[in-house]
Amino acid sequence: MNEMHHEIIIAGMGGQGVMVIGQLLAHAAVLEDKNVVWFPAYGPETRGGTADCTVIISTNEIGSPVSSAPDTLIALNQLLLDKFAPTVKREGLILVNTSLASPPKDRPDCKIVEVPANDIAKEVGNPKAANMVMLGAYVELAKPVTLDSIKASMTDVLPERYHHLIPVNCLALERGAQLVS
Amino acid sequence: MTDKKLMKGNIAVCHGAIAANCDAFFGYPITPQNEIPEKMSELMPQHGRVFLQAESEVAAINMVYGAAAAGKRAMTSSSSPGISLKMEGLSYIAACELPCVVVNVQRGGPGLGNTLPGQADYFQAVKGGGHGDYRLLTIAPWSVQECYEFMPLAFDLADRYRNPVMVLMDAIVGQMIEPVELHANFEIHEYPKPWATNGARGRARNIINSLWIDSAVMEDLNNRLQAKYEQARRHEVRLWEYRTGDAELILVAYGSTARICRTVVDMAREEGMPVGLLRLISLFPFPEREINALAKQGARFLAVEMSAGQMVEDVRLAVNGLTDVGFYGRTGGSVPTPAEILDRVRETLHKPPVMSTQARREVS
Repeated sequence: MNEMHHEIIIAGMGGQGVMVIGQLLAHAAVLEDKNVVWFPAYGPETRGGTADCTVIISTNEIGSPVSSAPDTLIALNQLLLDKFAPTVKREGLILVNTSLASPPKDRPDCKIVEVPANDIAKEVGNPKAANMVMLGAYVELAKPVTLDSIKASMTDVLPERYHHLIPVNCLALERGAQLVS
Repeated sequence: MTDKKLMKGNIAVCHGAIAANCDAFFGYPITPQNEIPEKMSELMPQHGRVFLQAESEVAAINMVYGAAAAGKRAMTSSSSPGISLKMEGLSYIAACELPCVVVNVQRGGPGLGNTLPGQADYFQAVKGGGHGDYRLLTIAPWSVQECYEFMPLAFDLADRYRNPVMVLMDAIVGQMIEPVELHANFEIHEYPKPWATNGARGRARNIINSLWIDSAVMEDLNNRLQAKYEQARRHEVRLWEYRTGDAELILVAYGSTARICRTVVDMAREEGMPVGLLRLISLFPFPEREINALAKQGARFLAVEMSAGQMVEDVRLAVNGLTDVGFYGRTGGSVPTPAEILDRVRETLHKPPVMSTQARREVS
């Protein structure tokens, strides 16, 4: 396996599925025998508060679970985009959910990828799958894991009551990937 | 694919407790440790053991007191403010020389604080916490794997020393998800407990008590406790040294902060700075001799904590004025990043500061 190291921050409002796409990445990394740490930060609210998680995927042993400057930010809304965009590593990658946020103007060094995630999610038939669209786009761009490993992780990561949504989630993932390929 | 499972540190604690043959769990909910009682409510009955959600933290620790007195392996878990409520009970348990395990998933404080990571309960954990001259043997995991493996260790130490053991975590260690191997490869010792109050039929009755009016009796108890802690100081110091051999500056840290510092050491070495890490695994007993030996070789120290400076006091006592001991800390739920600790390392070694990402961008 070639050496690789990815540090990703995923951020949005509670209820947008920030934590779950981070966990899908983590699970997919284990399927591919890579080292991974997932670490969340959120307030006491179930919905409406801010939520972010850090995912570090590496072929090397992982020291710090905390990232000084992530190479990628996946931002699901404006508030968290504004908060985390300045922390992204120089010439890093910023994925913006343009259904809810406008791309940052003060990071010309970064590759900014615009994903109208909520709109695409509506098109595939599940407005809540905007997180999956973002994840699909990220995996296609950075290839920390394969899209197949993400799909294979769905049954383990999602609670059983959401298993009926797996086909539409996979569709949303693919639409996200197609957008950037 | 390996046989590794992904789980939170809190969940791994539960599997570790089951592997350690924990008989009874008593707890009360508080974030960021809620996964522990939640998972225990499932696992303990499955294994024919006791799970009880108490009406308060105070009730839970006193249930642990009772179960431990009856010779059972008992534990509780909580987070900072909840642990404070347990301190009276812990003093009684220590005075009665009863074994038990307490898990503290520390949050930002003081007061009710927040549910984010903190390490500001260090003094409370290692200096006793409640009233009187007693100590908790304290160990601090830094990975999900260790959350699993330190539970059998904690129960073993508790039984061997007949003393409460604190597993000191924080919201990072408890909440982070990592691959873990639930290998069940532990040597679980059965300790005879002839002192247990488990029914006196056919033998003289046992008395578990911490009220001794006679000062001579009470002083004897104190001497016995101190002798025990001296034994622990001799035999139970646990630490991990990383690139300390030629280090001029040694970072001292525990738990998640030690993980962060390990990355700092690699970053510093890449820049040619001779930096190492002393990761404390046992916080009480504290590795006084080991730190003193490194100080005698001329190494300087930088204590890094998510507190306003607690462990650093013990480092300074161990160094005893031989070399400089610096401190870097964040408080209130804020977590130091590797880059900001590296900046402090450079400052300590009189290197020019690294330009922040922001500054670099403004220059370009």
